Amino acid sequence: MAGLALLAALFPLDHLGGYIHWGWVDISYANAIVVALMVIVFVAALLAPFPGHGRRKESR
Amino acid sequence: MSSPDIERQWTTRLRHRVTGHLPPEKVLPDTQPAYVASWIYVFGVTTMVALSMVILTGFVLAIRGPLWWHTSGVGHYVNSLHLWSVEVFFFAMVIHLWGKFFMAAWRGRRALTWVTGVVTFLTSIAAAFTGYVSQTNFDSQWISTQAKDGINATGAGSIFNVLNLGQMLMWHIVLLPLVAVILTAVHVVLVRVRGVVPPFEDAPPEKP
Amino acid sequence: MKRFRPDVDAPEYHGPYAPYDIIKEGTIAFLVVAILVVALATLFGSPDEQAVTIRTWSNADPIDFATTALGELNGTTITAHYGAPYNHGSLGQELGPLHLANLVGVTIPVNPIQDFIIAPLSSVPNDHPLRVALAQWHAAPRAERATWVARYTRAAAHMTWSNGHIVVPATRTGPLGVMINSLTQMARSGALDQALVTGHGFYTTDYTKPLLFVADGTYFANLAKHQHLLGAQWGMMNETDSYPGQAWLWLYTFWYQVPPFSSSPNADVQVWAIMMLASLLLLLVPFIPGLRSIPRKVRVYRVIWREHYRSL
Ligand code: HEM
Repeated sequence: MAGLALLAALFPLDHLGGYIHWGWVDISYANAIVVALMVIVFVAALLAPFPGHGRRKESR
Repeated sequence: MSSPDIERQWTTRLRHRVTGHLPPEKVLPDTQPAYVASWIYVFGVTTMVALSMVILTGFVLAIRGPLWWHTSGVGHYVNSLHLWSVEVFFFAMVIHLWGKFFMAAWRGRRALTWVTGVVTFLTSIAAAFTGYVSQTNFDSQWISTQAKDGINATGAGSIFNVLNLGQMLMWHIVLLPLVAVILTAVHVVLVRVRGVVPPFEDAPPEKP
Repeated sequence: MKRFRPDVDAPEYHGPYAPYDIIKEGTIAFLVVAILVVALATLFGSPDEQAVTIRTWSNADPIDFATTALGELNGTTITAHYGAPYNHGSLGQELGPLHLANLVGVTIPVNPIQDFIIAPLSSVPNDHPLRVALAQWHAAPRAERATWVARYTRAAAHMTWSNGHIVVPATRTGPLGVMINSLTQMARSGALDQALVTGHGFYTTDYTKPLLFVADGTYFANLAKHQHLLGAQWGMMNETDSYPGQAWLWLYTFWYQVPPFSSSPNADVQVWAIMMLASLLLLLVPFIPGLRSIPRKVRVYRVIWREHYRSL
């Protein structure tokens, strides 16, 4: 089982997780992070300048 | 055979239809309208490649059967790859969905593109669910015994038995991936046929 | 000509085109996603909590096991009064006047007394006291069985586990003492796990019976509660340990947290009905006036196409 040691996760999340309780909202840290990242990436995708728009002049 | 006869052949007519809708420069265009200049456009492609990662890692998991990953370090690692591909897939798909919503990308005879997208989304949820219940561990035991109540209550439980591992595994590795891939293909072909949706007019014209 | 509807029709584009290399874009996207997935898998791995067996359950908590077995006999478990598709224990959940499952009928028959108790016990070889007990059970009229079960149930609150036996301070319970004890021994040896899955012949992939039995006990639910997986804990979204789960089920699991669904005996079918409706709404956004105008009204598109509007 040499592969097992080699391939074990560096920071395994195999311990009980924390949860955010807020009124009737109850979400795990892991899910909250995923959702927050989704919103952040979405907003970043809207705001970040898109490369290569200088070349676009020729008409068709 | 005279050429009008050839023109009337089913084969010829199908070819004309396909190439009429999808000439090579539409299948693989090398330019895009200048308004296609935002990072939000990459999330469709990202969803597609994440789906291919899901399938690729699933292929490897399938080679040695459903229990392999519990006992092999390599197997467990492949399972990790599969799980994280799925997380990335849904992550990208949801952002893609938000983006297309805020562009109202169903305009200009593109409603079917939206509709196939939503059906793909729902199919993917079902595919992920059947994956969770095919894990053969505590998680799959719990998820299946919980989910049975909802599915049974609709009457669907009489055919779709979430407590039948063999059935769920078949759905997960054959039926639902096939449907998801076919739907994705239709979805992307529709995008190519119609082209990328143009921006709203600055001041929407009341009369043409 | 038809009137131009800004949320349905798209304006004709006559502006410039720019080079856009979709194959390169796809290749880069693949590399980025592949690297990301490898990184996430290498950093965090994935969860794999061992499956519960009836053996582990009955060894960890023999009293819960025996109490659950008794529950199958006195008809108080989830499975015993489930209804369709498993049995006729109840009419099942209702949506308005409709009992949907009941309309479809019993298609996956599960009779808890027969399937979970009597059939497995009948398969035990060379156990004379058990054979006598089963003969007594089979010979007794329905009413007498019910009396035994009722007496045993009344005393079951004082059930103890001593010297490897289930002890219940009750008399005149017929064969019940032997039956419950034998089943508990069978469970603790692992034989019951086998007896339940092989209920369909040599090969099987169907775990309906053992899963239903395990889920009738409180041991299983307590493990899930510990892992924050209960329905009332938004459990559908959650994964074991501290991994992200099916976050995309947020709306589905949300309904179970709020009235009237949080206390409704028909919550499952009601929430499913709502979710089907919600899915239909999402599907039909392009055709629903008002809904389809939201993107034009909130003007996020001005940010997405800012280059375009600037160049006008
Ligand atoms: C497996 C899931 C999916 C894949 C692989 C996928 C892939 C793609 C790709 C590659 C494009 C073209 C590039 C782009 O504009 O991003 C696209 C466009 C589009 N997608 Fe998806 N998609 C998926 C799911 C969805 C979902 C869930 C929705 C919405 C509910 C959706 C709605 C659309 C629409 C409306 C377009 C047309 C965009 C336009 O004309 O500008 N797709 N999709």
